Amino acid sequence: MKITRDQLMALLFLTPSFLLIIIFVYGFIGWTGWVSLSNWNSLVPDMSFAGLKNYIYLFGDYRFQADLRNTVFFTILFIGFVIILGLGLAILLDQTKKANSLFRNIFLFPMALSFVVTGVVWQWLLNPSTGFNQFLQVFGIQPKWYTDTNILAGFQWGSIEFGLPVAMIAVVIAAVWQMTGFSLAMYVAGLTGIPDELREAARIDGASELQIYRKVILPMLTPITMSVVIIMAHISLKIFDLIYAMTGSGANFVTDVPGVYMFETTFRGNYYANGAAIAIIMLLLVAIFIVPYLINSRRGAS
Amino acid sequence: MMVVRKIAKYAVLIAIAIFFLTPVYVMLITSFKPLDEVSLSEMWSLPSAIDFSSYTHAFSELAPNLMNSLYLVIPATLLSAILGAMNGYVLSKWRFKGSEVVFTLILFGMFIPYQSILIPLIQFLNSINLYNSIIGLIFTHVVYGLPITTLMFRNFYANIPDSMIEAAQVDGASFLGIFRQIILPLSITGFVVVAIWQFTNIWNEFLFAVTITNNNAQPVMVALQNLSGSQIVQWNVQMAGALLAAMPTLLVYILLGKYFVRGLLAGSVKG
Repeated sequence: MKITRDQLMALLFLTPSFLLIIIFVYGFIGWTGWVSLSNWNSLVPDMSFAGLKNYIYLFGDYRFQADLRNTVFFTILFIGFVIILGLGLAILLDQTKKANSLFRNIFLFPMALSFVVTGVVWQWLLNPSTGFNQFLQVFGIQPKWYTDTNILAGFQWGSIEFGLPVAMIAVVIAAVWQMTGFSLAMYVAGLTGIPDELREAARIDGASELQIYRKVILPMLTPITMSVVIIMAHISLKIFDLIYAMTGSGANFVTDVPGVYMFETTFRGNYYANGAAIAIIMLLLVAIFIVPYLINSRRGAS
Repeated sequence: MMVVRKIAKYAVLIAIAIFFLTPVYVMLITSFKPLDEVSLSEMWSLPSAIDFSSYTHAFSELAPNLMNSLYLVIPATLLSAILGAMNGYVLSKWRFKGSEVVFTLILFGMFIPYQSILIPLIQFLNSINLYNSIIGLIFTHVVYGLPITTLMFRNFYANIPDSMIEAAQVDGASFLGIFRQIILPLSITGFVVVAIWQFTNIWNEFLFAVTITNNNAQPVMVALQNLSGSQIVQWNVQMAGALLAAMPTLLVYILLGKYFVRGLLAGSVKG
């Protein structure tokens, strides 16, 4: 087989980028993996082999167990609300025609903001001594928001209390505020893609509006829901900046997540091997969602 | 009945819209208040007069970092867009055996938690003397921006009919000739979408910024976080700072929102 000039040029176009990805993504992941198996837990690099010591330490660690718990509840609540709110708003906008683009712009603009900005603002809004609590005062409720240390429905599990950390709800509110626009845009695009004839046909067959949504439209939106879940899951599993800017780790680590722990233990505490182990666990968690999704969507595309 | 339903639907939309706009309202009114009007109990009330002192204060704190962000975001956006266009062209119009695998391998890079490459990255930047420099940060954003820009351009070029390429080849056009004379002129929208997306993401990015730079090379988001992290800084200054830091991406969204949404949809792998 002879390679033509054009094919050679094509390879020249692609190769630099591909090499960068191989080195800086895959090579560096391998390097991090190697660090995570080392004794490098001080300022001076010490790459002597430690086996799984750092991982064993983490899984027994109070803070890391709390992080895993927080991540589970944050991920479930965050994805749930982003989908329900995004889908609900998209359906509402689908039925009301007036001022649609204005509403869409209002729901979407937080997407253009930094998580840091969101964190700073919501820290102020959900401050227990002011913000929304001034309205809630009327009803006699004063949530402690991100300063609450309670664990709902908690039971002892490992060294932590497993259950919903109430403080996490405040972070979920801020994250949902920021990311609902994403699912809304996806669902709006999906709804526009459903031909009117389909609804018309269902209507002629005597289906009510509710039935049309339940039997015709929602099933057609399932692939979009899948995409939204995957993309939100990977954002939620690696979340760092929102929490770092809004609440930090919180008392008893009620709002701590692996991303924050990794950052603090590595770059503030110089526990590089521990930090690398956290990073590898985060990567594996993300890979569980992403790898099947990538393989699946690539197979569908080609 | 129909009318009642219609009103109910709008009522829900308006209520949620108010909720979405609340943070903006609070940011605006707080940032225009003089210090003595910033109190926990009067958080929601309008300022008695418009006062720009928190903006001058926040601006004097953030100005160098705003410039850093600008020096970072412009070259990083341009470079990653150009490389993305080159990759997208090959991966959509010059497919070869294994090109799908190459594409999937590149794509995975967009989902990884950057914590998992951060320690080697900093060691590497340190060894080539680019740690704590804007150039180091530009390099980082170009490399880790490659997956998304490649994906966006590949999807964009998939819409250009192959027959156009074939016709040009019949006329004797080469790989480069087709790229310059057919693909690039058709890529204006693609570049706008990708550039807006990269601009927004790089401007807003925090993890690389806070770990790769300290003090004088820090982008604005790190400076904003430092500003709000210090106990002595008042809320009015923090809110003014947050608005200043958010202004460039907000403006882009307000002026070119359509393209921003296209980028958002294009980034969701499909296609």
